[in-house]
Amino acid sequence: MRATGQALLSHWRRHPGQLLLLVLGLAMATALWSAVQAINGEARRSYDQAAQQLGAAQIDILVPRAGDGIALSRYVALRRAGWQLAPVLEGRWRLPDRSVTLQGIDLLSHPPIPALAQLANSDEMDPLALLQPPGRLIAAPGLARYLRTLPDLPPVLEAPDLPPDRVITDIALAEELLNRSGALSRLLVLREQSPGLPPLSTLAPELIRQAPSEKTSAQRLTDSFHLNLTAFGLLSFAVGLFIVHGMIGLAFEQRRGLFRTLRAMGVSLRGLIALLLVELILLALLAGGLGLILGFFLAGALLPDVAATLRGLYGAPVEGGLTLRPLWILSGLGMALAGTFMAGGQALWRVARLPLLSAPGVQSWSARARSGHRWQALGGAGLAVVGVLSVLLFDGLLAGFALLAGIMLGTALALPVVLSLLLTLLQRSARGPLAEWVWSDMRAQLPGLSLALMALLLAIAANIGVGTMVSSFRLTFLGWMDQRLSAELYVTARNDAEGAALQEWFRQEGIRALPIRSLDTRYNGTPLRVYGVIDDATYRGNWPILEATTDSWDRIAEGRAILINEQLARRFDLWTGDILTLQADWELPIVGVYSDYGNPNGQAIVSLPDLLERAPDIPHRQFGLRLPPQDVAALQSRLQDSFGLPASAMIDQVSLKRESLAIFDKTFVVTGALNILTLGVAGFAILTSLLTLWTQRQPQLAPVWALGVTRAQLARLEILRSVLLAVLTWAIALPLGLALAWVLLSVINVEAFGWKLPLFLFPLDWLRLAVLAILAAALAALIPARRLRRLPPADLLKVFAHER
Amino acid sequence: MLCWLPLQALAQGFAGLGTNADGYAIPERDYRLSFPQDHGPHPDFRIEWWYLTANLQDQHGTPYGIQWTLFRSALQPGEAEGWRSPQLWMAHAGLTSATRHFSAERLARGGIGQAGVSTAPFSAWIDDWRMTAPNATLNQLKLSATDAEFAYDLTLTAEGPLILHGAQGYSVKSREGQASYYYSQPRYTLSGTVTLEGQVIPVTGQAWLDREWSSQPLSSGQSGWDWFSLSLDSGAKLMGFRLRDDAGDFTSGTWITPDGQATALSPGAFQARSLEVQTVDGTEVPTRWEVRLPDRDLAVEVTPLNPDSWMDVSFAYWEGPVQVTGTHQGVGYLEMTGYR
Repeated sequence: MRATGQALLSHWRRHPGQLLLLVLGLAMATALWSAVQAINGEARRSYDQAAQQLGAAQIDILVPRAGDGIALSRYVALRRAGWQLAPVLEGRWRLPDRSVTLQGIDLLSHPPIPALAQLANSDEMDPLALLQPPGRLIAAPGLARYLRTLPDLPPVLEAPDLPPDRVITDIALAEELLNRSGALSRLLVLREQSPGLPPLSTLAPELIRQAPSEKTSAQRLTDSFHLNLTAFGLLSFAVGLFIVHGMIGLAFEQRRGLFRTLRAMGVSLRGLIALLLVELILLALLAGGLGLILGFFLAGALLPDVAATLRGLYGAPVEGGLTLRPLWILSGLGMALAGTFMAGGQALWRVARLPLLSAPGVQSWSARARSGHRWQALGGAGLAVVGVLSVLLFDGLLAGFALLAGIMLGTALALPVVLSLLLTLLQRSARGPLAEWVWSDMRAQLPGLSLALMALLLAIAANIGVGTMVSSFRLTFLGWMDQRLSAELYVTARNDAEGAALQEWFRQEGIRALPIRSLDTRYNGTPLRVYGVIDDATYRGNWPILEATTDSWDRIAEGRAILINEQLARRFDLWTGDILTLQADWELPIVGVYSDYGNPNGQAIVSLPDLLERAPDIPHRQFGLRLPPQDVAALQSRLQDSFGLPASAMIDQVSLKRESLAIFDKTFVVTGALNILTLGVAGFAILTSLLTLWTQRQPQLAPVWALGVTRAQLARLEILRSVLLAVLTWAIALPLGLALAWVLLSVINVEAFGWKLPLFLFPLDWLRLAVLAILAAALAALIPARRLRRLPPADLLKVFAHER
Repeated sequence: MLCWLPLQALAQGFAGLGTNADGYAIPERDYRLSFPQDHGPHPDFRIEWWYLTANLQDQHGTPYGIQWTLFRSALQPGEAEGWRSPQLWMAHAGLTSATRHFSAERLARGGIGQAGVSTAPFSAWIDDWRMTAPNATLNQLKLSATDAEFAYDLTLTAEGPLILHGAQGYSVKSREGQASYYYSQPRYTLSGTVTLEGQVIPVTGQAWLDREWSSQPLSSGQSGWDWFSLSLDSGAKLMGFRLRDDAGDFTSGTWITPDGQATALSPGAFQARSLEVQTVDGTEVPTRWEVRLPDRDLAVEVTPLNPDSWMDVSFAYWEGPVQVTGTHQGVGYLEMTGYR
């Protein structure tokens, strides 16, 4: 057994390059997959921690279907009907230099808040002091220090685990500080309830019960982001497996003679398979371990950008740090093992059925493969149909991804047949015997190369699809920013009094100021921000309208209509002509829908006087100023002199656009990086496949050489063949990539963000990809071609003397 | 529910262990109780309760006990609207059989309507736990409480007059003169259902309602009390309590004849001696008692229906139905606080 093992392993000693490629391929696949897993895991852990620290994880909540609050009397009525609930009053608390979230809780009913556990056990925490005037504020140390500098506030306690922008206090004090009495923001449905209570839906039809999973829109939306990443990770892994498949196939192919010799010497088939299995496991563990190390560093490099994206786009708190977790290591190694067996299974199967004495045959294998290809193509078509059906039958992100996976895998599986057909067509136009041989030889090589070409197809298509999506999005976003950010200078006051003073000053100075004021409320339980605008040409001329009636702005100005953003329109299927119920006594006809790429939540626009009538206390601090661009700097310094406004409170249009674009670009850094890596892996796959085929090539090339074609010619033809196949694959990948882009823009984006984007075409990118694919294919063919050129003629002659 | 807050401070207020009366009203000997106002809350006093216990049996004679208590505790004297109210409310419900004991607790802030007591008609409530009357008297009550594991729903009818303890309801609690206002309706008959492990059981029995409020019921040396309400088969009733003190216990009580004549017992007349101590939920409590009232030739042994009648709530104590044997036979309720 030991000798057999040594004999098997000696192959790797003689082919260290092969071993290196195999390990590297598997390591890369594992690295990409586990990096994505690490990023997802880290982000999810951050959300969970944030939710748990506030003691609200796993608890259902009741929120108003519409409007911005729950009447206190409703809470009391539900309590008196037997429901065990805990009330929360939460709102933005405007402080002189910033605003924070103030969360008022009923200390007697609220579930434990882990972030306060430490504090609760300390002497500082006196529940009686919390419940009686002046009360206590609880905040993270940084915020606590700031709060202590402000006059007329109750004593502040510190809880290090609280989010940095959140203050917790008793609900009585929260009412006072937020200037809202008799209203609640949400009710927690406590876990222990008496049996047989009347249903909440009949007791309080105006409230919606939300499970923890759907609680924060940020969580729901980030889920789609993570699903996106996971899909990419899986794609990279699959592409990586093509390399492994190629290398294992090569190693087994080259050892066929050895296997037969060993079997003839009396090694049992079971023993041989067992040894090969051990070899595969060792390889998988080695490469998996290496991949985990690579993946850890890759994740570490990408995580800060992902964290910035999640914070910027969804407002989800994610830390930039990465910690090593046992589960992650196990799942990474598991993936490496599973991948190795998937890739090596076919080779092992072939060894198991290796006839002891039969002649080595290559042709029969190809013939078998060709009939297999037909089945494969049928399977591919089936997959594509399933994908299309899933998106027709089901809604949601998963259906979108099923469609993607279906058409991608389906096309990949059908690739060999399609290529074969193409080559047959091309062969017809061939002139002369050599040309005909080239085409038919290419077709003959397809079975061996098809996996690598499938990998290339997937990589190119993913690159085109994602590239088109990102570039289309970026172009749309740029245009949208130009429309939306039309004011030359944006000014933020530190408090409402200063806001009022600023407005008066603008009026005196004759500066056109557009107040930016909004009310945070809810529509069907989801967050909705309602902006109040004054009648101004800025809106009429620039607002990024998707559809609207001709008199929309007139009707808005009269307070008789509402404009909503695309997210809200799509989520609730509300379009021009429908009625939007903001509150029980506040219904407005929708006169238009505008695009909004700033955040995933619902938004609407009404007339400012109308909004103020219903919500007089909304913040009055932000202004967009219209003035000639050359006057912006002068106005900034005047504002600084007159009001002492800090530079950070005034941002000009150019800087604002630059910052927004920077956030946008960061969003897709990870996707871009994964894209390039996937393409690299695919190039690698072609190289390994060509190397695998190399041993089979000699018997095929020898007769052609004997007929007078020089080795240099043959080498050039080798490169040409590889390049041609790459070009053909690219040509098939192009429409697939565009289909992918369409799905991403029109299906996935709608589900993930709530907006649909127009598809733009970027032919230069396609050309760049074609060049890349050609370069990769040429480079991959270079090594075998160089070997061919330098092959001693004697070796080619030997082919005739003893066919393997 | 409250494990994150050190609520002992609150609970002590509820249990009457707050010994400092600053700012609060103090019971006065010459105050005359007047109804229905005094059935309602007295927010200027620190602590107050509506305390009902009942001994029940089902149609097979299987005994049960239930407790329904609403406590009011003021962080400051007086009342205010909304969340700013300084009044806190707490309620305990218990259901005891010979083998099982359930306890439940509810907490509420005053001022918002989640809990409270109104007088015309009489209604005391917290969440969906209720003690209500059709009028301003306590003569006919509907009583209910529900928790995850048990529930009860009972109708009570008074069979005698209200009893004023001590001197016209002024009940002295220590040698230093701490006192509370204290009256009872010790004679209700009742019928209704208890729900135990999903099973609805029809029951009948008798109940005893205590009303008490004060600002400083215990003196500084007192650590807790043992309180007995006994309904004897003769129709007589005995209420007696022992306030445990390092410097010697203080006992008092009321003897009520079958026709409703109440006699305040002089300090020391009521004698209670622990016969057996058991560990219940990690706390040593006396579970068998000898009670003597030499003036009335009464010498009885008081044994619990279920020694494990531990009220596992924010402020834990022992409360459960008891049986009386000896010179007199009967049933009753026993409450023991301050052992933990």
